[in-house]
Amino acid sequence: MTGEREHIIEVRDLVKKFGDFTANDRLTFHVEKGEIFGFLGANGAGKTTAIRILSGLSYPTSGEIRVAGYDVYRDREKIKRRIGYMSQKFSLYDDLTVRENIRLYAGIYRMKRKEIRSREAQLLKRLGMEEIRDTLIREIPLGWKQKLAFSVAIFHKPVLVFLDEPTGGVDPITRRQLWEMIHDATGEGITVFVTTHYMDEAEYCDRVSIMVEGRIEALDSPAALKKKYKSGNMNEVFLKLARR
Amino acid sequence: MSLIVNNISKSFGAVKALRDLSLEIAEGELFGLIGPDGAGKTTLFRIMASLMLPDAGSCSMMGFDTVKDYREIRQMIGYMPGRFSLYMDLTVEENLDFYARVFGSTIQDNYDLVREVYEQIAPFRKRRAGKLSGGMKQKLALSCALIHRPRVLILDEPTTGVDAVSRQEFWEMLKKIQRERITIVVSTPYMDEAELCDRVALIQRGKILHVSRPRDLGCGEKASIFALRSERGIHGYLNLLRKMPEVRHAWLFGDALHVVPRGPGDQSVVEAALKMVEDPSLKWEAMAPGIEDTFMMLLAGQEKVEN
Repeated sequence: MTGEREHIIEVRDLVKKFGDFTANDRLTFHVEKGEIFGFLGANGAGKTTAIRILSGLSYPTSGEIRVAGYDVYRDREKIKRRIGYMSQKFSLYDDLTVRENIRLYAGIYRMKRKEIRSREAQLLKRLGMEEIRDTLIREIPLGWKQKLAFSVAIFHKPVLVFLDEPTGGVDPITRRQLWEMIHDATGEGITVFVTTHYMDEAEYCDRVSIMVEGRIEALDSPAALKKKYKSGNMNEVFLKLARR
Repeated sequence: MSLIVNNISKSFGAVKALRDLSLEIAEGELFGLIGPDGAGKTTLFRIMASLMLPDAGSCSMMGFDTVKDYREIRQMIGYMPGRFSLYMDLTVEENLDFYARVFGSTIQDNYDLVREVYEQIAPFRKRRAGKLSGGMKQKLALSCALIHRPRVLILDEPTTGVDAVSRQEFWEMLKKIQRERITIVVSTPYMDEAELCDRVALIQRGKILHVSRPRDLGCGEKASIFALRSERGIHGYLNLLRKMPEVRHAWLFGDALHVVPRGPGDQSVVEAALKMVEDPSLKWEAMAPGIEDTFMMLLAGQEKVEN
């Protein structure tokens, strides 16, 4: 990565306080266009708080933050329209069918009906889900659901997608298929901002930040982090930083 | 045997959650049930805990039948379900007290058993359970499942969504609990945790694929595999390898690709092809398949049979 690429996320001195508790303590970092950025940290380190601010769902206490070229204080609606979001906990509506979910999201992002129809057909074909297009989400296996959820999150071709533990609980083969899909998305110009508790997945990121108690303790490529912390894998790096 | 599962089947409508599943777990064993969401782990645990009736088959614990003798069963088990087990509007201390009393016990009776876990959350004893972090909730739930000194502890995905540090600490605690001669049955989607169990069962689609000691797991599948690395990145090699008929599987594996050749002579064909690639940083080495490799080979094999 060279420093000359466009910054899709630019964060300077981000602070978020809840009462006298500091959830995010002067975070400063950027995410380059087209990269896979791994946002790691222990439970309670402040990851979700930061993601909510970056995706326009809550205001920071202070700091300068720009996402997709827009200011998080003034242009939250513009930011929301240009990003995609998927989390393990919530992503698709259980009591809507596969197709209804795709159309609902496409409609929210104001895609044209003709475009929705042709892209929907392509998507169902690629995922091998043509036969279950009218099946309710609650009736399909989690692995399929997560692949569909990811596809739906980038269906409107956002410039940036936030993935909050996209692979939690899925089987090891599906987990890898999801990462191949994530990698392919970057080929289409989508920047990926992802959290995970699987440390082998940190290796698939171009750069990784590790948060400890509200601060970013380390930020670099996986290879550089392993070298710096004299570790054989990212799990060791994580444990060295997060275990006190 | 502490726990015997005999040809259990259970369906929900058209979904076959458990299919003729059998399992034996020894007294004092730390037994892992490894499998993805939807494999049937929770259904099996509910039947073991006498909370659900099987459609067919039987299950017994310490000689007691989980259907007929459910009163005895409920006294002797500690059950930590995946989702709900704490009262979010009770404090830490009130939750623990409640679980002790339900079993006609007190916190003091078995405090030595939970001391180590509980002391980590004791500074927050007046805080409502709903206000705890994920890691702390998990420690409190474990304390509550243990406070009546069960003979069998059933833990349904206690580490899902929990960070790597808390997971490691949790397993250290389980090892200590095991020393108190408590049988532990624990499920997890994390393959690396399998290595910490005495024995593990790999479960998928309601069936046990394999049971063994973790160190024997890799040897069950006789494939020799190799790991490939390149400074240019490994994604580019995925398609190349998958196009070769000699390659059975090529999977992302952290900083490497794990390649499973189709037959015994195929490795040399694959290596010859890789030598043609102009990438001085390209390296590969033979390795024994780990637990996750084995699980994926079994999964892929099963899918082929069912299709």
